[in-house]
Amino acid sequence: MASTIRVRATANGDTTEVQALIQHPMDSGFVKDAQGQIIPPHFIQQLTFEHAGRAVFLADWGPAVSKDPYVKFSFKGGAKGDDLKISWVDNKGASDTTTAKIG
Amino acid sequence: MSAAMSMTRNTLLASVLLMASAMPALAASEADYKAAFAAAETAEKQADQLRNRWTTTEARLAAAKKAASSGDFDAATAAAKEAEALAKASIFQATSEKERWKDLEIH
Amino acid sequence: MRVRPILLSAAAALAMAALASIAASAVAAPDKVDPAADAKAFKKYFTDKFPKVKLEDFVNGPYSMNEDMRKQWQEKEEFPPYEFALEAGKEMFGKPFKNGKTYADCFPNGGIGIRQNYPYFDEKEGKVVTLELALNRCREANGEQPYSYVKDEMASLTAYMAYTSRGKPMDIKIPGDPRALEAYENGKRYFYTRRGQLNFSCATCHVQSPGERIRAEILAPAYGILNAMPIYRSEWNGMGTISRRFVSCNSQTRAVPLEPQSDEYRDLEYFLSYVANGLPIAGPGARP
Repeated sequence: MASTIRVRATANGDTTEVQALIQHPMDSGFVKDAQGQIIPPHFIQQLTFEHAGRAVFLADWGPAVSKDPYVKFSFKGGAKGDDLKISWVDNKGASDTTTAKIG
Repeated sequence: MSAAMSMTRNTLLASVLLMASAMPALAASEADYKAAFAAAETAEKQADQLRNRWTTTEARLAAAKKAASSGDFDAATAAAKEAEALAKASIFQATSEKERWKDLEIH
Repeated sequence: MRVRPILLSAAAALAMAALASIAASAVAAPDKVDPAADAKAFKKYFTDKFPKVKLEDFVNGPYSMNEDMRKQWQEKEEFPPYEFALEAGKEMFGKPFKNGKTYADCFPNGGIGIRQNYPYFDEKEGKVVTLELALNRCREANGEQPYSYVKDEMASLTAYMAYTSRGKPMDIKIPGDPRALEAYENGKRYFYTRRGQLNFSCATCHVQSPGERIRAEILAPAYGILNAMPIYRSEWNGMGTISRRFVSCNSQTRAVPLEPQSDEYRDLEYFLSYVANGLPIAGPGARP
């Protein structure tokens, strides 16, 4: 099955710019369905970007983040060809990981 | 008449007047509601024929039904009358727009 | 809910409108249906109103009207929110039906690069056929259940088909058949007709007020408004088809929406697509 994480990382001098789009329902637990029943909370709680064994971006998320979240950030270091590892864990214990090359 | 007595008399007078003006609103029966609802539904059916129902008309019809089912025929009749007025307005809109749309047309 | 004040002002507005129409109809000239002239006038209206907007940019709706929004949108397009729907659509499109056939068997050129030809007027049926309708007919002809016109599956499929036509100019044909002209005219009339308790027509927002705000939204111009469909709408937290947009626009004016793919909606899509002929397909799109 295809990964839920799309990522594009570009090295620009000594800064690497990262964009990621993650496929996840991010249900807050406050929304009701058509029958009036609460849709149970189902959202990413931890998101980690690692480079050279070091976490360069850590996110602790909650129900306020919307469906299919998009993340964009830059970090110092990282060169073209380096690996960037991205992983998330959600409140149901599910997770996904992917590794991308910095371009 | 002492001040206390005249105050009581005035209050009594006021409450009688209030009751008198409130009387007509209390008078709605189930028959009144059914008549009002039927009229509203007839108008809404016509609006439907014209493919021009309003969501607010539907909301008032539903409110009328709900009030009637709990026995509040005053509220039910009032809502049904509002629904009829809204339905008639939507019919007026559909009819007048048959020609009026041209006013907005880009030429 | 405070109906009575709204009711009174609506009634007053309609009463005034009635008086005005009596005066107007006295001078109105009899109309002859000339879609080519309409399209020319439509284009001229918008290019005159927005001389600085590049012609092909009109299809980007509010982003062609507001610089700040445009910058945010361009950044998002580097990683567009409709990507998942697009990939799902491609997968769905290629997957055979239970009987072994595929969508490709139903469409010219295997369904690739043809979106700009929809809707078209089917002379056998005597009605307008939209892409969404054609897709469901394909499903039913091959023993599959039709998809809802307002949900994700139809949005994903049309997203993929639109994507294969990206950049191609909208190319809607109106054959000489009087029924086709009537369908076009019906669509045009629907577009300009006020509806709902709020008494808005499509034109009220998209002809009279493009680039301006309705509450917090910047309004798109009607010229090319369907070219970027289907769209990922942030407000919907997901994709939406043309059917979904028509239905929601109706309810936003407090009009009870019609059934998706009812005649009025098909004709409306026909009209709006025709007057945008020449503008590029930009689907799938993203909107606030």
